[in-house]
Amino acid sequence: MSLPSQQAERPAPPPLGAPEDYLCARQLSVAYAAGKDGGIVLAIDRIDLSVRQGELLCVVGPSGCGKTTLLNAVAGFLPISSGELTLKGKKIGRPGPDRAMVFQQPGLLPWRDVLHNVTYGLELSGKLAMREVIARGRELLALVGLADFAHVYPHQLSGGMQQRANLARALAVEPELLLLDEPFASVDAQTRETLQVELLAICRRAKVTALFVTHDIGEAVFLADRVCVFSRRPGRILREIRVSLAEPRAEARLTPEFLAYVRTVAEALRAGKGAAQSETS
Amino acid sequence: MATVILQDSEIAARRPSGARISERVQRLLWGGLFLLALFAAWQLEATFGLEPPILLPSPAEVVGAFGDFFSSPDILADFAASGQEFLYGFLLATAVGIVLGLAIGWYVKLGYLVDPLVTFLYAIPRVALAPLLIVWLGIGMSSKVALVFLTSVFPVLINTSSGIRSLDSHLLRVARCFGANDLQIFRTVALPGSVPFILGGLRLAVGQALIGVFVAELLGAQHGIGAMIENAGQQFETAMVFCGLVIFAAAGMAFSALVRWLERHFDAWRV
Repeated sequence: MSLPSQQAERPAPPPLGAPEDYLCARQLSVAYAAGKDGGIVLAIDRIDLSVRQGELLCVVGPSGCGKTTLLNAVAGFLPISSGELTLKGKKIGRPGPDRAMVFQQPGLLPWRDVLHNVTYGLELSGKLAMREVIARGRELLALVGLADFAHVYPHQLSGGMQQRANLARALAVEPELLLLDEPFASVDAQTRETLQVELLAICRRAKVTALFVTHDIGEAVFLADRVCVFSRRPGRILREIRVSLAEPRAEARLTPEFLAYVRTVAEALRAGKGAAQSETS
Repeated sequence: MATVILQDSEIAARRPSGARISERVQRLLWGGLFLLALFAAWQLEATFGLEPPILLPSPAEVVGAFGDFFSSPDILADFAASGQEFLYGFLLATAVGIVLGLAIGWYVKLGYLVDPLVTFLYAIPRVALAPLLIVWLGIGMSSKVALVFLTSVFPVLINTSSGIRSLDSHLLRVARCFGANDLQIFRTVALPGSVPFILGGLRLAVGQALIGVFVAELLGAQHGIGAMIENAGQQFETAMVFCGLVIFAAAGMAFSALVRWLERHFDAWRV
């Protein structure tokens, strides 16, 4: 139950690996070299963030606010500039199978059928025998509703189905942490709603901890246990909003509570924008 | 009503494959008819004797020449010589072209290192290297294999390296994300991703290798289809020259068809 205000006022951070801090960022800053002129961009500025096991945390913010940078840092693609970033008390290093990423583009290997795309991560880790790998792959295909499409090539699937296969591939490696970077941004609105409902169900069933980045406020409120509102670049956390909606959430979309949450998040975003506008334009 | 809909959807489901078959039949029919017409015109020309047979033999004479050639004692030696030159040179070109092309595409610095040399060699008409190869390797089999190799290695090499260089960067990212090491990325992303490029290179290399075989045999050979054409030409056995040309064409078509079969086999995942 760490609210941002409490966290900011905490005199000294608790020891690493405290049970509630599964993924933990303390005073985290990330900068990277951008473009050919080698300019340094500060994308994230001293943020404190913690995700508990089994929690689904959504990060919303205007585009270019460092949301994706945060994911890349957690995934291990980007080195952090200062502060601390830990998963289960251990410093995050190179990309590894304990963190699986779901990108906006499905990124399925076109020469593998759907089943072998789903088992791709498992094959790479080489921990399981091929028979077990295939069995697990089929399980996950069933979980995402693609059981009948095991031997179909990706180009034969619709965008939504490709994204399901992508999700199954990420879940197959049983990651400690699922990182989702606007995974539903390029599917049509109706498919997106279906996929959101399914993602929620899958995360609950598989007890996955997830960090979900989006710019869609409705999506964030619908999915999240907690919504984290980012400011414009350099990204800072403007507000954290705990979301508790009546279960099952599938029916919660147009309820007054849901809309109240949407309004809260939107206002937080707008407040951030107003603050930044005076600087930029 | 329901049955009508069912039939409609059945027809719709069948139409694509049906259309494809008739398209294929049409293509074969038109192509075949045109060839037949050409042959007929050719035979007609010969019947009226518009050109002396020494310049343009009739189709019947070419068929006759085939008979002569296939009953001659040299045929086995000719086929063996040309076949060996082609196969050794082409297989060597395939192996070297693929391995070197993968390496050049994969290791950027290696690309920087060898790209100028490759461009330089590629700019030389490779058959112009034949005299040099004969000086270096003698007039035997090795200089001929070397020429076939040099004519056919570049399409494979250049295609393979550009295949690696044009890999989908998003797929590479996905692989890294799953913790794939370099070898795994190479095996699961780079290699399958460049297969279409490699096969395209092989298809081009077949034609180049046949040029290599012919030119190599032109510059002094005792046996081989190219040598046979050269001898027949010098003795004005024009029908025999045609016979050799047909053999070259048939070999080229057969190997191209083989590569295309491989392409279909490996490209099942393509749209």
